[in-house]
Amino acid sequence: MTLKRLFWTAGLVGLVPLAIGLYLRITSGHELAAYGSIVPWGLWVAQYIYFIGLSAGAFLLSSLVYVFGVKRFEPIGRLAVFTAIVTLLLALFTIWMDIGHLERFWHVFVYPNFASPMAWMIWLYTAYFLLLVVEFYLLMRRDLVVARRMGGWRGRVAAIASLGSRDDSDAGLARDMRLVKPLATIGIPLAVLFHGGVGALFGVIAARPYWHSGMYPIIFLVSALASGGALLAVASSIFQEGWREHREMIRDLGRVVLGLLLLDALFQASEIIIGLYGAEPAYVASLNLAIGGPYAWVFWVVQVGVGLIVPVVLLAAPTRRDARWVTLACAAVVVGFVGVRLNVVIPGLSVEEIRGLTTAFDDPRIRSDYFPSLFEWLVSLGIGGLGLIMFGLGEVFLPLSRHLPRPGARA
Amino acid sequence: MEAGQVSRRELLKSAAAGATVGTMAAASAVATATEPVRKHHWGMVIDTQRCVGCEACVIACKIENQTPPGVFYTVVTREALPGARNDRPVFMTKPCFHCEQPPCVDVCPVGATYKRKSDGIVVVDYDRCIGCRYCIVACPYGARWFDFGDDYELQPAAGETISPEYRQYRVRTPDGSPVGNVRKCTFCLHLQDEAGEYDREAGRWPACAKTCPAKAIFFGDLDDPDSEVSRILRERNAIRLKEELGTEPSVYYLI
Repeated sequence: MTLKRLFWTAGLVGLVPLAIGLYLRITSGHELAAYGSIVPWGLWVAQYIYFIGLSAGAFLLSSLVYVFGVKRFEPIGRLAVFTAIVTLLLALFTIWMDIGHLERFWHVFVYPNFASPMAWMIWLYTAYFLLLVVEFYLLMRRDLVVARRMGGWRGRVAAIASLGSRDDSDAGLARDMRLVKPLATIGIPLAVLFHGGVGALFGVIAARPYWHSGMYPIIFLVSALASGGALLAVASSIFQEGWREHREMIRDLGRVVLGLLLLDALFQASEIIIGLYGAEPAYVASLNLAIGGPYAWVFWVVQVGVGLIVPVVLLAAPTRRDARWVTLACAAVVVGFVGVRLNVVIPGLSVEEIRGLTTAFDDPRIRSDYFPSLFEWLVSLGIGGLGLIMFGLGEVFLPLSRHLPRPGARA
Repeated sequence: MEAGQVSRRELLKSAAAGATVGTMAAASAVATATEPVRKHHWGMVIDTQRCVGCEACVIACKIENQTPPGVFYTVVTREALPGARNDRPVFMTKPCFHCEQPPCVDVCPVGATYKRKSDGIVVVDYDRCIGCRYCIVACPYGARWFDFGDDYELQPAAGETISPEYRQYRVRTPDGSPVGNVRKCTFCLHLQDEAGEYDREAGRWPACAKTCPAKAIFFGDLDDPDSEVSRILRERNAIRLKEELGTEPSVYYLI
């Protein structure tokens, strides 16, 4: 109960910086941002790939339930799809703030460039978003029909969300679930392609040796699964009945997250060792920035400490048997992966492409060091708060973890 | 009945195939008819032995293109060569290289930046660009700049800032393009005449090359064997930066 109150408070407090940040973004554009023409992408792009990774990861894990029929994860199936929708919306909102002309986002649909990985990524996640919404509607429809009978404001919301459907029969539910399986199956390659596409967006850039590797799309997918799985474990121990009801499942989820974390660490290590051994100067310069630069603590403390060592220890030690420790470990992963995403974007950009370019002028937009401005933090924290609110609303209005009793059974 | 259906289907098939081929042929015919043929390959040869690092090119460029703070279509870097004394640095003026294989063009999600078919100049369509800055990330040469909407505190006496870029003569406003867009060197293409020709005698020549007091910046048509740039490239040893990326820059350096 106190955890839920803390949750709502954090979410509502987060709306204040969001309002201020949005106002500043609308009135002053990018003037207050700290990124420039040398480091053109900053906190917001890192946050975008963070959220979009959570979305792809949560969705792919939901396929365990809806495609592969893994019964033990059934209670988080709908929560996983809901998480995928919320985090995708947060990701899209973040990247929308980041583009120079908010009003032109639709250009990517009418002026396509088939050679651009970014264009493909946007088309694919648009398809992915539509698929998520349809799948989630099918998963929720029967319960929304049941819920609208409960009356009150929750009932009214359910009536709207059910899009006027009144069919609460078991046959209707079975029909919905028959449609869910092919949808969820199509969703797997779609999620793999679009999140692999996010990795490819970085990987294809030959000008940035730090990113230019065939491993990049693969690492993105594994990180997505690890962080998405961790977020699901945290969400299912907070929401609905919470960890007390889901002990068994949270422990299982912890095992999955542990495996994915170790796989992710293996891939990252491979990438780093090959890069260091090759000793390509720009690659080494970027890596040095990440592990020994002014923000090396993001790598050692956030990414490796909080995001890897703490959760691996907690998930491997006897603490793995206690759902509360597993939740804590997964929360550490969710926090630590912020560091992973920051260390993808910024060290890749913070190296001079042409020697002397950043010392040719004394200009705040022509610097290779970057630390987000207050304005960027406000928008970022605000979007985080918005995410908490959206999760909270889902908790209140949507029966996510179990099917509601049928009306006949209630009597 | 059965045979009739098949033949009907085959008829439709061949009709569809014929239509497709016809459309494609027509489309390619229209493309060849309307796409301008390559008339020039504008490029530069920059003599680092002559450059004194005065930055007159930077100032001339800013005045010509009326660029805001933080946007420099050309820069001058000053780096001591390894082992050399710092009082003899190598100066290098660096505009956009207008690569033959520009990585910035491929990555643009909306096709807002492209290489002009007629003369190879890489341009930005300010009205289409969404400001995602992927092209800045993809450019290996740091030749692209985001217009953050920053302005110089001291405005010119005339008041409004009007840039002649692309001959669009946009009046600078706080949020209208090119604010929020990526900007770059255009080889001062607004100084070309209607036929796409520059004229050095008439002063219609890229501002940096026109201004350089040390005459270190040569500009011209790399496709024309009689041009000054082609002649220099035949006579002297030139390099291009980051050849290994396969970008084929149109700007050469004499070292």
